[in-house]
Amino acid sequence: MIKVRKAGLSDTIQDLGRFGYQKFGVVTSGAMDAFAHRVANLLVGNEETEGTLEMTLVGPRLYFEEHAVIALCGGDLSASINGKPVPMWKPVFIEKGTELKIGPAVAGCRMYLAVAGGFEIPLLMGSRSTYLKAELGGYEGRVLKTGDTLKVKGRNGQAEQIFSRLECAACGIQSADWTITKNVLPVLSDHYEIRVIKGRQYDLFSKESRHRFQTSQFAVSSQSDRMGYRLTGPTLQLETEQELISEAVSFGSIQVPADGDPIILMADRQTTGGYPKIGQVASVDLSTVAQARPGNYLSFREISLEKAQELYVRRERNLQELKTGIALKFR
Amino acid sequence: MDYTLSPLGDQAVVIEVDRDISMKAQDKVLAVTALLEERSPDWMVESVPSYTSVTVFYRLEAFEGVPYEEVCKRIHQLLAGVQPGRSASRRTVRIPVLYGGEWGPDLPFVAEHNGLMPEEVISIHSSGEYLVHMIGFAPGFPFIGGMSEKIAAPRRKTPRLRIPARTIGIAGKQTGVYPIETPGGWQLIGRTPLELFLPEQNPPSLLVAGDRIEFYPISQKEYDEMRGGRP
Repeated sequence: MIKVRKAGLSDTIQDLGRFGYQKFGVVTSGAMDAFAHRVANLLVGNEETEGTLEMTLVGPRLYFEEHAVIALCGGDLSASINGKPVPMWKPVFIEKGTELKIGPAVAGCRMYLAVAGGFEIPLLMGSRSTYLKAELGGYEGRVLKTGDTLKVKGRNGQAEQIFSRLECAACGIQSADWTITKNVLPVLSDHYEIRVIKGRQYDLFSKESRHRFQTSQFAVSSQSDRMGYRLTGPTLQLETEQELISEAVSFGSIQVPADGDPIILMADRQTTGGYPKIGQVASVDLSTVAQARPGNYLSFREISLEKAQELYVRRERNLQELKTGIALKFR
Repeated sequence: MDYTLSPLGDQAVVIEVDRDISMKAQDKVLAVTALLEERSPDWMVESVPSYTSVTVFYRLEAFEGVPYEEVCKRIHQLLAGVQPGRSASRRTVRIPVLYGGEWGPDLPFVAEHNGLMPEEVISIHSSGEYLVHMIGFAPGFPFIGGMSEKIAAPRRKTPRLRIPARTIGIAGKQTGVYPIETPGGWQLIGRTPLELFLPEQNPPSLLVAGDRIEFYPISQKEYDEMRGGRP
């Protein structure tokens, strides 16, 4: 068991999301940075669908009442044990009786903690993701609180192999002597260039607004959360004001309400929306957006739909290779 | 049947069947949705119907070549035989409402705004024929069409921070039911004992797109009985 000695700002259990129920208005939720979530799971020998702990800006202090193997991926929230940093992007054995402290963020916004075996969290509509607004899924539908206890499921197959390889006595922690290749890791900064494809209502925006969208910097406002990132900067307007009929939206839709400030829809977005969409974040760059924090800047560069899909397929191949590579390390 | 396909991001395609909201548009939406559900092709993640379109989320990995082009081909093949109107067997769902009082604090406002007595608002609201156009905005939240303009009322200038689950409201020419507690600016006229969002059931929503709705008034006693002691 893992005890929450002090809760972070917003620690929630997330997985790849709750799909198949959007037609009933059920928000998908899921990890904001799905890439980090998936890699964290792979590194400890889990299926990518296991729940991980998503931590935002300041994470919790966690006390391990049993031995565990964990992996920390995503933003750098300065994880430490007794003041010594814990490495990211590799499996780490944690001895029972150890306290892990996570926070504050030094780069990026969200860190993911996977534990070998996975957290014992019931599936709701096929997912372990937490949707806070409807108090749905995850750990009792809410953020972790001080005093909560996370149970770890039994390890099997690869998770157990990795565990037994790293297990040590009276060592505190022991991490693998390898990490994943640097070229798949995100580059964290305070200004990100995000690749986008044209939104469904792109042509309805004024020429000037389309130009501004392509060439300006937008700041991530403090009113940004798992539902959406509100951006401030030059405002964007339609050529002629009009009411649109509500339709489905998706992760990364960039919609523009009447005030002209764009909003990027994120993991907890509503299923439908009626605002015009000027752009759509390429799926491969959603993880980057998820690591931007209030005060950071985003700029947008248009790519074709074909290119966006090609990048997606390539990244899936990289993840497959990573999975195979990890399996070889622990065979 | 006429329709157009266009991308929503790199993992979804929108099947647009009409430009305007109408019963005919909904028949087409329901027919497309029913067909997709029935065939449930392995490349489809899910489909999301709305007023005039159905959005299909798909798995890029399922295709060789350019995924968007491939998915469009498959959708054209699928929709070749679609016949709107035939599959639209609509249910009628009756929704009991405890109008006014503690849970309908804005009933007097809606009445006054329209030069009516509160009883007349209840009578008009509960005698209308309503249609669920789509579910969205929140889990189980129905977008309902068909309310009489005689009881239309503007949204509140200052939204309430908390509207309890199962509250019936009016906003402009629309009526709606909040399935879960949420902030909102609707004028609240009553509350139903029925749960609209049922996370433990499949489907997790009392209503689905295409349902007809009838509201009918109940007393506090009936409300309490239907809740069976639950809050």
